[in-house]
Amino acid sequence: MTNDRAIPPVRPDPESLPFWEAAREGRFLIRRCRACAQAHWFPRSLCPFCWTADTTWEQASGHGTVYSWTVLRAGAVPNIVAFVELDEGPRMLTDLVDVDPDAVAIGQLVEIVFCRTSDPDGPPVPMFRPR
Amino acid sequence: MTIRHAACIVGAFEHPTRHAPDKSHAQLHAEVAAGAIADAGLSRDDIDGYFCSGDAPGGLQSMLNYLNLTVRHVDATDIGGVSPVVQVAHAAAAIALGRCSVALITLAGRPRADRIRTGTEPRIRHAAAPDVQWEYPYAIPTAASYALAARRHMHEFGTTSEQLAWIKVAASHHAQHNQHAVLRDLVTVEDVVNSPLVADPLHRLDCCVISDGGGAVVVARPDIARSLARPVVRVLGAGESTGHQHGGRIDLTRTAAVRTGPVAFAEAGVTPADIRYASLYDSFTITVLLQLEDLGFCGKGKGGAFVSDGALISGVGRLAVNTDGGGLCNNHPANRGGITKIIEAVRQLRGEAHPAVQVPDCALALVHGTGGQLATRHGAGTLILERAA
Ligand SMILES: [Zn+2]
Repeated sequence: MTNDRAIPPVRPDPESLPFWEAAREGRFLIRRCRACAQAHWFPRSLCPFCWTADTTWEQASGHGTVYSWTVLRAGAVPNIVAFVELDEGPRMLTDLVDVDPDAVAIGQLVEIVFCRTSDPDGPPVPMFRPR
Repeated sequence: MTIRHAACIVGAFEHPTRHAPDKSHAQLHAEVAAGAIADAGLSRDDIDGYFCSGDAPGGLQSMLNYLNLTVRHVDATDIGGVSPVVQVAHAAAAIALGRCSVALITLAGRPRADRIRTGTEPRIRHAAAPDVQWEYPYAIPTAASYALAARRHMHEFGTTSEQLAWIKVAASHHAQHNQHAVLRDLVTVEDVVNSPLVADPLHRLDCCVISDGGGAVVVARPDIARSLARPVVRVLGAGESTGHQHGGRIDLTRTAAVRTGPVAFAEAGVTPADIRYASLYDSFTITVLLQLEDLGFCGKGKGGAFVSDGALISGVGRLAVNTDGGGLCNNHPANRGGITKIIEAVRQLRGEAHPAVQVPDCALALVHGTGGQLATRHGAGTLILERAA
């Protein structure tokens, strides 16, 4: 799945590498704390809520709803930026793809789709489309 | 300990330029510094504290070298365009502790001359910033960040584009009297909502101007302030904080003003109802509306009704806001609105605003700023100032 816009590449770091390696396999991971049981976004080694290091990767449903959205019209291709509230709880900054800007609404059900960046060797990035 | 009555703003200067292709970036800092010191009636040798933020080229060390200043207190706090607002409070605290007596704060830049697409082109602040890989692929420029907040506010509270437009209309009513303003033409609600969409639901006229220039203020010990010929403007209270994504629990309808406002009002011993004039950061129209709610000028979700029908126009409405025309019409130098917000509040308290927009007997003013990106990370600072009797 691709977005018509040239997507800037990501540069994984040691903390995020497992996320991006899973993304190459089409798996969407989030990070959850075993001490306080909370899932968070974006993934961190130390839980952002309790600062314990007892956090772990888990495969997320990839489902969520649109919390807010906007359309950037300055580029050649309109870009829909959104916050998606994951079914697991956290709200995540992302883009919406495969949808007409006039058909987007808050509360809309969406699902994950991985989109290639401008770096052919880099990992794809998680975006969302209507489901 | 409190900064209440610990320091006064004795000098304020806004550079008259709005387009400076013929000046260097550092030169603009020097010119506003000299302007503020002259306004105070002090000399450069009196300065023993210097404050700058992210717009200062090369940071503190380059600026002090260029200005040839030797000081005993420095501060480069940077939480976006609001930084000078919190630096006034930092200067007051430093003065209270005896760390300095005369503090200079400068802000300047030339994004217009450099043709920077401020609001519509994503910028990376630091390649190793932990949030870059989770944001940059999505191309979220500044305008999108504020548009996301506007959309959510509309969804939760029924706020309309027409209500947001009233904020721009008020700014234009003030800017018509400001000979230096970038945009001096009166605009109507229809003009705003019919201007092109930049980031839904924000239109071009919901956005601030891109301008060159800057400004500076001088904060000094109260006894020094009383020795000068200018009206005395005292620091009464302040608050600072930041807002961010909160581990994924972001609420786009609330800014960090919900924390800075109560702290500042408590320190000052006043309430929103006491404020006669407010400088409110206006990077976008939605910024003003959220701040009014979060500071307690109206209830959460009531901002749309509060700003409608000219309510922010001096002499007409319930609360005079940004009587210089604000960032929306007058000036947003270096893509940062903090310093101009302080300067117009000082003008109001001195009785030196344009007569058409001067609040009669303005004795108490509030300055509040929201810097950075509302949907990802933003800084906030509230400052309450009074004219000494
Ligand atoms: Zn935890």
